[in-house]
Amino acid sequence: MPEIQSYTLNFGPQHPAAHGVLRLVLEMEGEVVQRADPHVGLLHRATEKLAETKPYLHSVGYMDRLDYVSMMCNEHGYVLAIEKLLEVEPPIRAQYIRVMFDEITRLLNHLLWIGAHGLDIGAMTVFLYAFREREELMDCYEAVSGARMHAKYYRPGGVHRDLPDRMPKYEVSRWRSKREVQKLNAAREGSMLDFIDAFCERFPASIDEFETLLTDNRIWKQRTVDIAVVPPERAIELGFTGPMLRGSGVEWDLRKKQPYEVYDRMDFDIPVGTNGDCYDRYLVRVEEMRQSVRIIKQCVDWLRENPGPVMIDDRKIAPPAREEMKADMEALIHHFKFFTEGFSVPAGEAYAAVEAPKGEFGCYMISDGANKPYRVKIRAPGFAHLASFGEMVQGHMLADVVAVVGTQDLVFGEVDR
Amino acid sequence: MSERVQRLSAALAERLGSAIADSRIALGEVTIEVHADDLLNVCTALRDEEPFRFDQLTDLCGVDYLYYGIDEWRRGENTGSGYSRGVTDTSSTGRLTFGDENPQPELDHPRFAAVIHLLSLPHNQRLRIRCYGPDDEAPVLPTLTGIWPGANWFEREAFDLFGILFDGHPDLRRILTDYGFVGHPFRKDFPLIGHVEVRFDPERNRVVYEPVTIEPRVTVPRVIREDNRYTRPAEEGDSNA
Repeated sequence: MPEIQSYTLNFGPQHPAAHGVLRLVLEMEGEVVQRADPHVGLLHRATEKLAETKPYLHSVGYMDRLDYVSMMCNEHGYVLAIEKLLEVEPPIRAQYIRVMFDEITRLLNHLLWIGAHGLDIGAMTVFLYAFREREELMDCYEAVSGARMHAKYYRPGGVHRDLPDRMPKYEVSRWRSKREVQKLNAAREGSMLDFIDAFCERFPASIDEFETLLTDNRIWKQRTVDIAVVPPERAIELGFTGPMLRGSGVEWDLRKKQPYEVYDRMDFDIPVGTNGDCYDRYLVRVEEMRQSVRIIKQCVDWLRENPGPVMIDDRKIAPPAREEMKADMEALIHHFKFFTEGFSVPAGEAYAAVEAPKGEFGCYMISDGANKPYRVKIRAPGFAHLASFGEMVQGHMLADVVAVVGTQDLVFGEVDR
Repeated sequence: MSERVQRLSAALAERLGSAIADSRIALGEVTIEVHADDLLNVCTALRDEEPFRFDQLTDLCGVDYLYYGIDEWRRGENTGSGYSRGVTDTSSTGRLTFGDENPQPELDHPRFAAVIHLLSLPHNQRLRIRCYGPDDEAPVLPTLTGIWPGANWFEREAFDLFGILFDGHPDLRRILTDYGFVGHPFRKDFPLIGHVEVRFDPERNRVVYEPVTIEPRVTVPRVIREDNRYTRPAEEGDSNA
């Protein structure tokens, strides 16, 4: 028998389980990982530097592209920092809309996560189930902003426009018969809120479906239970946030502890794990989906009853109304100035954080009084999580590396920025 | 909220005293400035001692104050010619040009700083620490990895992007930029378009680096406007010492 010696294995950056462009240099002894060194930055686009060279409003779209599966939550962190510096608060209806879309975004993120995580460690079906549901939520994004993913919907001072009165419908085509279209459009006859409401009614059953596929599945448990255990004290030290921290049993959620927008009016629970392994983090995320549905329902009910403005009535921060612009020369000039020069933000610094699906998404902004931020720092949850990757996989098998990549819910748009 | 912030600020002043170079409360956030020599002692106290218990380092980032408060379009001189988008006309009065010709402003503090955001889970409070690198040529700060292991990658990032060195860091390598990258791209004097561009050379059959060929341009100049509504009363801006 030849003696087994340690060797170095290169994983990625082009690998389906690398969730984008993660390059891992693994020091292996047989099939056991001794040391893992993640190399990141392959998707580095200098978002922060770009934001520093553009007026505030121009960078909202860049935020979508950070964590490209939880788009609106990133926008939220960014606009909150601007609003903090400006010391303004959006109208209450805008706050409800933001909360609703934050939770829709959380569903979008967790659905992609459950699909990709399942696919990585051998559960093919759940991927297809999850993407079917995602489609409906993408339609909500499209209805409200015109874009399925990169919405640029949140603006400093509110949201771009109010919720639409009707949902876009499918049309008969070569690929869709009349009967199919009727079935697809059944939930789309009313307003957008009706559509979301119907979705909330239906969706918990879908979560049950995912759970029947995974929760008691023997293979799933073999792949996740006792893998990458992180004790709570260590999770805090390492800067874990979001489901990674709650999976270790720390009850910490910014939506409850430091509520922003109208989260203090919402009734929901924070799920926590006990063992801090991949399985607990899976359970936490699944329960978060159920809680998100609860929050969305409460928002839908409130939004039905309470019409109102969705943008702050301050012409320094919000553009003039479209109708006004067509008739009034000053409004037209102002509109032009507003979108070219932008608005100046008082000198100072602010840190605003939101509970994004992956953890604490923070935005630290320094302004020197100009129309562009002096410094923007994006605090991405995935960056802190990936930093402790080596520690989490040490002593595990090569196949578990993929499970850890999945459980950290990594997206390289935000890790590399 | 503001009451808690006041209490935290008072407790900091009482416990740390002269180690705090500056302390201010703005927008409901407490910011303290600490000298590089005191940083480790202050941070250890902040993590372990009772009224603070900052058990998590949320974020650490570098800041380059080189062009702080400098605009590219002077309101006074340029009002007659109007606000120019200035894509082609870089020679008009008041506009700054690119690269080395930027003015070197006088700063009353060092150029580089590390800004640290701390979070205390038991007390549900946040704190910001600013620590200037004493030397502009080679800013060196002590590493915080011994206090919060989570600081590791954040310090690597600040080193990579700003060239701030962290003394005692276990593994201070570049993290976000390319292998073999030269320079620190988030410094304010590093051009947005960079210095080199990459292409595949079919003749040599490999990737080659060449000096950039695109023209630098600014589509929207920086402009600083004083807005009366935002001039805050003095006691709110910087209270407490």
